[in-house]
Amino acid sequence: MLVYIIRRLVMLIPILFLVSFIAFFVIELPPGDWVSTYITQLRTSGIELSDQEAQRLITMYGFDQPAYMRYFKWVSGIVTRGDFGWSFQWGKPVSEVIAERLPITLAISLMALVFSWLIAIPIGIYSATHQYSLVDYLATFIGFIGLATPGFLLAMILAWAANQYLGFSALGLYSKEFLDKPWSLAKAIDMLKHMILPLVIIGMASAGSTIRVLRGNLLDELKKQYVVTARAKGVSEIRLLFKYPVRLALNPVFSTIGWLLPAIFAGEVLISIVLSVPSIGPLLLRATLAQDMYLTGSIVLILSALTIIGSLISDIYLAWADPRIRYGGLSK
Amino acid sequence: MQNTNNVLVDVQDLKVQFNLHEGTVHALEGVSFQIQHGKTLGVIGESGSGKSVTAQAIMGIIPSPPGKVTGGRVLLNLPENDASVRVVNVTELPPSGAEIRNIRGKEISMIFQEPMTSFSPVHTIGNQIMEAVRIHYPDVSKQEARDRTIEMMRRVGIPRPEERVDAYPFQFSGGMRQRAMIAMALVCHPRLVIADEPTTALDVTIEAQILELLKDLQAEFGMSIMYISHDLTVVGGVADDVMVMYLGLVMEQASTDELFDNPLHPYTEALWRSIPTIDGDLDRLTPIRGALPSPFAVHKGCPFYSRCEKRIPGVCDQSRPPMIEARPRHWVRCFLYTESK
Repeated sequence: MLVYIIRRLVMLIPILFLVSFIAFFVIELPPGDWVSTYITQLRTSGIELSDQEAQRLITMYGFDQPAYMRYFKWVSGIVTRGDFGWSFQWGKPVSEVIAERLPITLAISLMALVFSWLIAIPIGIYSATHQYSLVDYLATFIGFIGLATPGFLLAMILAWAANQYLGFSALGLYSKEFLDKPWSLAKAIDMLKHMILPLVIIGMASAGSTIRVLRGNLLDELKKQYVVTARAKGVSEIRLLFKYPVRLALNPVFSTIGWLLPAIFAGEVLISIVLSVPSIGPLLLRATLAQDMYLTGSIVLILSALTIIGSLISDIYLAWADPRIRYGGLSK
Repeated sequence: MQNTNNVLVDVQDLKVQFNLHEGTVHALEGVSFQIQHGKTLGVIGESGSGKSVTAQAIMGIIPSPPGKVTGGRVLLNLPENDASVRVVNVTELPPSGAEIRNIRGKEISMIFQEPMTSFSPVHTIGNQIMEAVRIHYPDVSKQEARDRTIEMMRRVGIPRPEERVDAYPFQFSGGMRQRAMIAMALVCHPRLVIADEPTTALDVTIEAQILELLKDLQAEFGMSIMYISHDLTVVGGVADDVMVMYLGLVMEQASTDELFDNPLHPYTEALWRSIPTIDGDLDRLTPIRGALPSPFAVHKGCPFYSRCEKRIPGVCDQSRPPMIEARPRHWVRCFLYTESK
């Protein structure tokens, strides 16, 4: 097992380099660059900018060098100093810009994930064990609604409803009066209140699909012979359910943690924009629009890296949970 | 039907139906039989004859819905420590209640047809065998349960059981898995083991070994066996008594020797003619004509009427033939023998 993990980790290194190259290539793709856009902006807004001054800006940001030199500088900065480059738009290092938004993004994403599991797993299990009952139909109905309703629309409606009926402005992270205040208990409570809406909306969307996946898997498992075997042994129904079929039916649900990882890092873009939650998703959108190259590239790079690491985590989880994979992998 | 006090299982007029989407299947239409302590009852029948449903009814594990016991009783005579006998009617017990769960696996256990799928793929063999001990003997320690498991695995002929106890089902061959299955069925020393086509999925040499093993274990532990199969030669080799089932009815019932020497029912005769023998003429194998009727069909008369070569039109298709003791201790459900009685 340990050998397997180490081997997979070593294999990550070349893949990550390839990913960084592609990320850089992608941000180099659009014509023009941030500095020339900036110079044009300055000139059109009437500011006198000499050619010499413009050249100084270009040199300063490294745009007089060929692309591969900038790539090399960027990657070596990341590897040696954890320096992801400079964000032109924010006027500070990329790592700082991301770090500012990371805690709130992670908090909301992880809590939404846990929230969605907390509602989806019991409902999914109940649905499968009581197939075609009233509750099953209800859960199916709600599940499809959750799947089919665009999150941003729900966000708009709920934000409006909260304001209209509860007199509570759900936008942003804090109420106006707390914006400039130092941290206090009241401010923390205020922030938690503001997180409820994004949590529920993001959680509901993924709960819908988790219910469907879990119900389907569990229905398959419940038909298997080993369930009858266990019943014939005298195992009680509830213990049987959780020891055998649920255990197997949850594997596909938990193994999706892998590709959820980048989503957890980025946060839900549209919902975050609608509710003005300062997470990383909207940041990426704005950075892309503004051709803030290193910020865009770094976020793309981190997302790709997380995808790769996530699938590694999924593989390790499955190897741990399913002996057929564990031993099959080792014997090779 | 056999009147002795040595009866372990007494099934009386058992009726089971399945209410499926496509219609109602009358899986059992009044099945009666007894299993004696320490004896083996062979049950023969084609697919759909109700063999497995009978077994499930005795265990109280008929899948419900859609299955339902609509009549009859399954009585278990369970000897207690103080020499008294506890009589339990399985059909009256709630199917997931504590009482029937204490019987399942402890008093009656089951060996299934498919050793490949009968174990959970993600739990060790030992864990799954031990579970039976841990459930039925709560005061047995984990180590003790493990020791009993290893001992039983050794007894059923699994080599190096102290290592294999921690192996997973996919690391076992088919024959070894079926041995593990038998170990699981026997680990609590049940009074009755129901073997539902336990060798169908295995090749012939393994089949012979498993049958031999079952006989040895019966001699050692003294349990009764209900051996379900569609294979006449296999049943002939293991059973003391045989009953032949067809579409939810017992057609014929007798001791094994009697039934093999004097098959009375046209269905049994037809079955006999369809088995090849080593010295027999292969050209003279005759299949049973016609095909098994639809499971949804309701038979007013004898269910075998449409395929029977000795049918009496106007009699056999009008009312259901009764069960008759046509020869001593040999019962048959056929109008051909009603006159002679």
